[in-house]
Amino acid sequence: MTYVGIIITFVFINNFILTQFLGLCPFIGVSRKTDSAVGMGFAVIFVMSLAALATWAVYRLILVPLNVAYLQTISFILIIAALVQLVEMVIQKISPPLYRALGIYLPLITTNCAVLGIALIAVRSDYAAMESFVAGIAAGLGFLLAIVVMSNLRERMDREWVPKPFRGVPIAFVTAGLMALAFMAFDKALLKNLLG
Amino acid sequence: MVNELTKGIFKENPIFIIMLGLCPTLAVSTQVVNALGMGAGVIFVLLGSNIFISLLKDFIPEKVRIPAYIVIIASFVTVVDLVMQAFAPSVSKNLGVFVKLIVVNCIILGRAEAFASKRSLSESLLDAVGMGIGFTLGLLLISLIREVFGSGTITLFPFGGFDGVIRIPGLATQPARVLALSSGALLIMGYLKAFFNWMELRREEARRWPAVPLAAPAKSETASSSARSAS
Repeated sequence: MTYVGIIITFVFINNFILTQFLGLCPFIGVSRKTDSAVGMGFAVIFVMSLAALATWAVYRLILVPLNVAYLQTISFILIIAALVQLVEMVIQKISPPLYRALGIYLPLITTNCAVLGIALIAVRSDYAAMESFVAGIAAGLGFLLAIVVMSNLRERMDREWVPKPFRGVPIAFVTAGLMALAFMAFDKALLKNLLG
Repeated sequence: MVNELTKGIFKENPIFIIMLGLCPTLAVSTQVVNALGMGAGVIFVLLGSNIFISLLKDFIPEKVRIPAYIVIIASFVTVVDLVMQAFAPSVSKNLGVFVKLIVVNCIILGRAEAFASKRSLSESLLDAVGMGIGFTLGLLLISLIREVFGSGTITLFPFGGFDGVIRIPGLATQPARVLALSSGALLIMGYLKAFFNWMELRREEARRWPAVPLAAPAKSETASSSARSAS
């Protein structure tokens, strides 16, 4: 698949949140304010793209040659945890303002299933190194798109009257359901029409 | 002691009350059989990790406890993944990447951190069973609603001459297909959560204003109305 195809697939057609249900916890938890949603979105793009690349390297260069591919779950989650820690330290040293913006979201990302999800999906789809990296960025972009739209909707909803049992999380889920319905417009036919 | 077991099923249901482990819940709830497979996997991993972490809690240094927990959990997930591929290949294929994603299911790490790392072995065991059953029941509820109304079927394990699929007359030909799609999962989750909130609100209301003064006139009214109808 071409890079454009991968990007369209992961941002729109297989949007991680709205069609694959990966990364729902931060999607519901951090989408109250647009500022924090944007911060979380960029942190996820950052970690996801690096994680996809790192797990590709470990899988192809270490696990497969040693014939221990079944260790992928254990090794991937450790790589991601270590990577998040490393990214946190590097950002803290290099760019304190960026650290202040993203810092609080980084530890949360370790248990974000979207990150492990992209690593496993990239391995499963037999992507090459660069394709994995692009898929990571694209999946992160899809996450950013969904969480920012959601936070805008929720900020508006705060000013509207909502029946008491629906306040907070339930109305967020219903809203996400309607968003997912809208994303159904993007399917495989879109890819075919665009790329021939 | 019994409380440790039952709290996970109702009062602290992982899906509807503490809202952990939502990603797999919504993704695999398209068919009842997937919900059962996922529930079994989560119960096994939860049991294994709670037992191990409770036993090892005095040996694991405080600073590296989270990575240590993750390695223990990931080992059990790998076992579940391999066993499922060997003995239930169709379920394993349906669940896809979500079997491996049990690793990052917040219920398991959450229980390890909040419970098993502090309590005794027997209490952790009961907690794991309760939480696992609560998770499975929540998953079953969502998948039953989605499959019955979304495709008009109930898919179970095939055995003997029975192919494992119960078709509901009327619904099987004209299901509300949106419920089987991804947006249906999100909508159902929202409505179910609202329903549980509503029940909680009602219970609170009942606690604040005991029903005694309300019930008394209602009783006299029915008495008088029955007296009227008698006369």
